[in-house]
Amino acid sequence: MDFWSQLQVMQPEMWMAGLAMVVLLAELMFQEKTVIALLSGVSVAVVAVVNLMTPSGAAFGNMFLSDGYALFFKYIFYISALLTIFISVRYLRVEDINHGEYYSLILFSTLGMMIMASAGDLIMLYLGLELMALSTYVLAGFRRSDPKSTEAALKYFMLGAFSSAILLYGISLVYSYAGTTIISDIAQKVKDPGFRGSGQLVLGVVFLIVAFGFKIAAVPFHMWAPDVYEGAPTPVTAFMSVGPKAAGFAVLTRVFIVGFGSASVDWQLILSVMAVLTMGVGNILALSQNNIKRMLAYSSIAHAGYALLGVIAATPEGVSSMMNYLFIYAFMNIGAFTVVILLNSKSSKGESLDDYEGLAKTHPVLSALMLVFMFSLTGIPPTAGFMGKFYVFQAAINAGYTWLVIIAVIFSAISAYFYLRVVMYMYMRDPKTTVELLPAPTETVAVFFMTMMVLYIGVLPSYFIQLARTSMSL
Amino acid sequence: MQSASTLGYPILTTVIFLPIIGALLVLCISRGKELWIKSASLFLLTLTFVLSLPLFVLFDKASHSMQFVERQEWIPALNMQYYLGVDGISVLFILLCSLLGILCVLISWNAITSKVKEFYISLLLIQGAMTGVFCSLDFILFYIFWEAMLIPMFLIIGVWGGPRRVYSAVKFFLYTLVGSLLMLIGIIVLYYQGGRTFDVMVLMGQQYPFSLQFWLFWAFFAAFAVKVPMFPVHTWLPDAHTEAPTAGSVILAGILIKMGAYGFLRFSLPLFPQAAVAMAPYMLALSVVAIIYGAVICLVQTDLKRLIAYSSVSHMGFVTLGIFALNAQGLEGGILQMLNHGVVTGALFLMVGVLYERSHTREIANYGGLASVLPVYASFFMVFTLASIGLPGLNGFVGEFLILLGGFKASALAGVLSATGIIIGAAYMLLLYQKVFFQETNPKVQGYTDMDAREILTLLPLLILVVWIGVYPNAFLSFMHVSVSDLVLRLAEHGAVPLKALEAAALK
Repeated sequence: MDFWSQLQVMQPEMWMAGLAMVVLLAELMFQEKTVIALLSGVSVAVVAVVNLMTPSGAAFGNMFLSDGYALFFKYIFYISALLTIFISVRYLRVEDINHGEYYSLILFSTLGMMIMASAGDLIMLYLGLELMALSTYVLAGFRRSDPKSTEAALKYFMLGAFSSAILLYGISLVYSYAGTTIISDIAQKVKDPGFRGSGQLVLGVVFLIVAFGFKIAAVPFHMWAPDVYEGAPTPVTAFMSVGPKAAGFAVLTRVFIVGFGSASVDWQLILSVMAVLTMGVGNILALSQNNIKRMLAYSSIAHAGYALLGVIAATPEGVSSMMNYLFIYAFMNIGAFTVVILLNSKSSKGESLDDYEGLAKTHPVLSALMLVFMFSLTGIPPTAGFMGKFYVFQAAINAGYTWLVIIAVIFSAISAYFYLRVVMYMYMRDPKTTVELLPAPTETVAVFFMTMMVLYIGVLPSYFIQLARTSMSL
Repeated sequence: MQSASTLGYPILTTVIFLPIIGALLVLCISRGKELWIKSASLFLLTLTFVLSLPLFVLFDKASHSMQFVERQEWIPALNMQYYLGVDGISVLFILLCSLLGILCVLISWNAITSKVKEFYISLLLIQGAMTGVFCSLDFILFYIFWEAMLIPMFLIIGVWGGPRRVYSAVKFFLYTLVGSLLMLIGIIVLYYQGGRTFDVMVLMGQQYPFSLQFWLFWAFFAAFAVKVPMFPVHTWLPDAHTEAPTAGSVILAGILIKMGAYGFLRFSLPLFPQAAVAMAPYMLALSVVAIIYGAVICLVQTDLKRLIAYSSVSHMGFVTLGIFALNAQGLEGGILQMLNHGVVTGALFLMVGVLYERSHTREIANYGGLASVLPVYASFFMVFTLASIGLPGLNGFVGEFLILLGGFKASALAGVLSATGIIIGAAYMLLLYQKVFFQETNPKVQGYTDMDAREILTLLPLLILVVWIGVYPNAFLSFMHVSVSDLVLRLAEHGAVPLKALEAAALK
């Protein structure tokens, strides 16, 4: 392949980079920030379309891969970026942080995730990860007059920097062992019996797990998540809890299943222990939260645990179940956050659980939507959350991890309590104050779309499962 | 064999989805038009009932195979089908379900005053889901209906219930969810062991090794025992029944707790015959404990609804006793008693609801001498009380008699012990009747109006059923004869436990 046709494979990333810069510059020309929001929304849509027309293939000596797997993840990123833009418009105005950079940062972060999903090389992966992370650090601190937001950004940055350093160290250890950073070449080296049992490899794998564990907020590398999720502007929290997490899973899966699939290191055992801890800590700590953002932060930690089951299974079924799970998770989690954002106004923040008291009386439609998201996060049919969990459990059982699934279902029964608590507050208590609701049209569209998706996938998931399956050619 | 096509419409789909689509219609009615909402729900559920009647008339009683079968691809990616059908075990429950639905609307007509729209939507949704449980022949379809039912039920208890409603609702939800999730694991394991299918009929056609049967039996037990509820996982029931609004109690007592027993009949026995035979003694023991324990607790209850709730524990103990007697009499008695209990306990909860609307108290001590104030009400209550005790000529007698017969055959000790349950049962129900309806007229109850036409209309169908089943049980037993004898045959054929497997299990 000549240079130009190799570049073709990278089209979506190039478009995204270009458009993100256009959005950044547009800020200088337009005073009206809605225009910028619109422009960035259109940009994501354009990139999504371009991506469909991009030929699949590997570029630059397997450093960059455009395959079905990457495509599926990129669509998760596009959807979450687009939804985030939709739900940000009014929030930024209300919170008085309506700066145009916000949108370009979302685009840059998405670009970083896209590169991660397509990375066939550890250095490429690192580049994408840093681009994504640096943009989200800024986004987390976007409410700069609020000490909590600043604290969130700083914390995220400090711990993120640590994890990046660990990632780099891990990459260098793997390099010293395999002599390459190309993932598919590492796989070849790992297969070679002469190389087995090397201490460097073990250490490298452990370091990579730590770094990726940080990105997907798996226990014990989750400490940053609750504070950052609580402090960051709510749309950013929604975005962070879905996009970067999915990107983390994309690289985790590619590196471990393709790269170390046949390594003698028992990374599945390490991940199993992590999955159990993640589900346990996430669900149990969520029980006692009174701030809904914090509660959802712990819940998103727990959900990473469920998705990990698919990776641990390490079968094609497992990987596609994990992809399907993250896809579904995007809708239900951003959906729940959207309800939180809708309740945010000048007078109330809508972040304390008390703000939900009697919501069913004052805003019946909004509470019904929240009810759907909460039951979906619990995994009760006929919502998408059930189908997601079901498929993951099925794959894990088929791979022989019945004990893990038993632990997972026990924790998901525990999780029912804190999701139900929100429903309880909304439906079974009397309202103390009436929150004024002035939803922007974009928010209304977004929240109804997500509800529709949650219910549709809950009843007829076939298309999406099939999609995840066919895309899953690593 | 009846198939859906000869009828002109897919009857099972209609009965399941008419209420669900109806819920969407009610959703569109504006909040203020409460009368419209109520009338629409009543109309929809009545229509559902009428459309379900052909099941009763056209059901082929000579066949043990599935009838009115509907089968469609549903989620091909996961090998799930939309597969419905009924046999002699399930058909009557669908009818009971659609009948009780109407009564629930009628009894709630004036009782529910807040969030009226949400209430009727929940009622319609739960109606569809419950019917779905009884006719699903695909495991995942079954599981989805089984779980989906929890959402509206949680709301019905938690939003419109009594003072401790939230606690009860959450307790109910968590208990059932834990059980169901363990069953889900069992279902997935069965899927792989049975050749990657969720088709219940195909899965039933296979033999599984004893150790597998053993574990799966317990996984399914977790779900079904909680729903029944069997001792010792019954503790959610008194709370949920007591705190739920009348319609909720009726659904719980009438249909929802039958699902556990139905699950044993439909899945546990035919799928895991060896495990069922091996575990039967333990199940019998748990049943006897439930019978006696539930009955004794009833003696000391001071709360009307709580008393009836605990009597459910005792009565459902009879049902599981009959089922795990594993003989034709026991099984038929068990199924009939499930119906009876649905009718009688449903009726008793309706009666309490009628009274509660007037007095707003459930304390037995607040009543007395009602017979002179509310004569019609007292007569109705008398019939249902006697039916609950098991007076010959009323429905309770037939079921309990068959169960005891089967129980004695299986284990004389269990039979004797459970018979004492009937005696205590008579004691607490008659004591209740005496305290509420006779004795000095409590000044608080003066001036209550007797039942009006709506209330009589609500209870009359159940009264007719009580007498009908009592006098001519064969009208109902004839539905299940063939299916039950097929099940008994199956248990006899495949239920013998290889001795080696038992020893191995004992060593474990």
